Amino acid sequence: MSADVSADTGTGRAPVRRRSRRRTLLRGGPLVPAVVLLVLFLAGPVVYSVYLAFTNRALRGEGSDVTSFVGLSNFTDALTSPDFWNSAGLTLVFTVVSAIIGQNLLGLTLALLMRRASRPVSAVTGVIVVGAWILPEVVVGYLWYTFLAGDGSLNALLGLVGLPDQELLTALPIIAVSFANIWRGTAFTMLVYTAALAEIPEEIEEAARIDGAGPVQRFFELTLPLIRRAVATNLMLITLQTLSVFGLIYVMTAGGPGTSSQTLPLFMYEQAFSYGRLGYGTAVALLLLLIGGIASLGYLRLLAKEDV
Amino acid sequence: MTLTSTRPAGAEPDADPPPLGTSRRRGRRPGPADLALLAIAAIFCIPLAWVVLASFDTEASLAVAWPAQPGLDNYAAVLNPETTFRPMWNSVLLCGGATLVTVVCAVLAAYPLSRYRSRAARPFLLTIVFATGLPITAIMIPVYALFVQVNLVDSMPAAVLFLATSALPYAIFLTKGFMDGVPIEIEEAAWTDGATTLRTLWEIVLPLMRPGVAVVAIFTLVQTWGNFFVPFMLLLSPDKLPAAVSLFTFSSQYGQVAYGQLAAFSILYSAPVVILYLMLGRRLGSGFTAAGGLKA
Repeated sequence: MSADVSADTGTGRAPVRRRSRRRTLLRGGPLVPAVVLLVLFLAGPVVYSVYLAFTNRALRGEGSDVTSFVGLSNFTDALTSPDFWNSAGLTLVFTVVSAIIGQNLLGLTLALLMRRASRPVSAVTGVIVVGAWILPEVVVGYLWYTFLAGDGSLNALLGLVGLPDQELLTALPIIAVSFANIWRGTAFTMLVYTAALAEIPEEIEEAARIDGAGPVQRFFELTLPLIRRAVATNLMLITLQTLSVFGLIYVMTAGGPGTSSQTLPLFMYEQAFSYGRLGYGTAVALLLLLIGGIASLGYLRLLAKEDV
Repeated sequence: MTLTSTRPAGAEPDADPPPLGTSRRRGRRPGPADLALLAIAAIFCIPLAWVVLASFDTEASLAVAWPAQPGLDNYAAVLNPETTFRPMWNSVLLCGGATLVTVVCAVLAAYPLSRYRSRAARPFLLTIVFATGLPITAIMIPVYALFVQVNLVDSMPAAVLFLATSALPYAIFLTKGFMDGVPIEIEEAAWTDGATTLRTLWEIVLPLMRPGVAVVAIFTLVQTWGNFFVPFMLLLSPDKLPAAVSLFTFSSQYGQVAYGQLAAFSILYSAPVVILYLMLGRRLGSGFTAAGGLKA
């Protein structure tokens, strides 16, 4: 009997097959609440969205009383709409500038500096950077709105040192929201890279130093290859997070002026709720998921290839 | 992709990273790395200056300025049931409820995943890992459409359950990691004594992984507390809106924006998570970096 309760007992042996099935059910019991929730509120909506995207479901007007299948027309509508491509392009800019370049490089820089800095300085910096991530999204949106607004703090500071005003929020709003997203999201990358760098044995770096490798060479030929898995994982996670940013942009610019900072989540929201086109909005959401999926596969392939 | 090899620190009471030897010399002069870090930290602080100073300034504008007459007038103006207490209470109901549901479900689900080896465990865990990457934003329209169908829009319990579910995959993953760190031998003795699964979990495993459960709970609370999109979509009546949404409607509600009051309310709304963060400090980071171990 003692073998039955050890963790390593695999599937039951033949004579106890029936008892083992009962045992499996009993053992799986604690999973039930989580599975019920995940099926109802996560798997359900995902499956439902596939149905919805092929219908003309709407909040009002045609499609609000009777929902009918419209085939691929939501998707062809999206893929032939200049507004969709505008949003897709802005989403790409937002993701590349704020996640892949901004958060990734700043987070890596912070993690590398923290290895060399004294303990109190790294601790203080860590608390401040992670504090920016802790703050609620809407608060961060307001902070950066007041910072970058025409009569906001940044222009007041620029005026003090005699520099001309910036108009990022109206002239280049997608860059303005990218800065806010870098500020908010860098903590994640910093912590991931800090953990990855801590795994590198001191002796390897010491050996490279003795062999006369400079800091730049050591980074590219030693450190980077050793943390490449963390880099690929981190890029995948921050890409997925950044693709779905909504509140930050909604508070700062609401997608404007015009549609000049309307990334796909805001476009999809506007279509679904301002124009009531639930089916169309869902199709756009599926395209957003598809983009996230393709990006993830790309990063995973990067990993697999380097492992060979 | 290894699921089992990395385990987030924090199951053990002392989660500090091991000393890094020669690279961290104490008591030396500040080097270039220190100066660079301090410069970055200072730049990170600049946007924060406005919200702090403006909240004490009755004449606050958009630009950061030292208050001419510093005072608590802005706080006094927002500290009423309508503006602060009710939205904050709604946030407590929504996010506290969601955190409770998430932690209970995650602890229950993690137990069989951590303790028994079964053919179903690995595919299940992989599904959970993939679900952690699912952008919740992308499913909010179908969720709204579903909630309309079954008449659950503007229902606080439904919003709580949805918010809980959205945090659940990551919570299960984290909790399983912490539970893997609790040695199994003590439980085996309890099992042979005939203790039920739930009793073993409650009386033996949970007390041993209290720091880990705290990380999961606070992590979930911080995430849900800041979440704007979910309550924005699923709750409608003004008397049910949490602080995240009422802060957003703050400016439109009062016409002329009282920036000082906006700043004061922002601080009140952020305070709980900032305090929790300072309490948990470094260990929250370990929950965070578990995401790095996730697929590394």
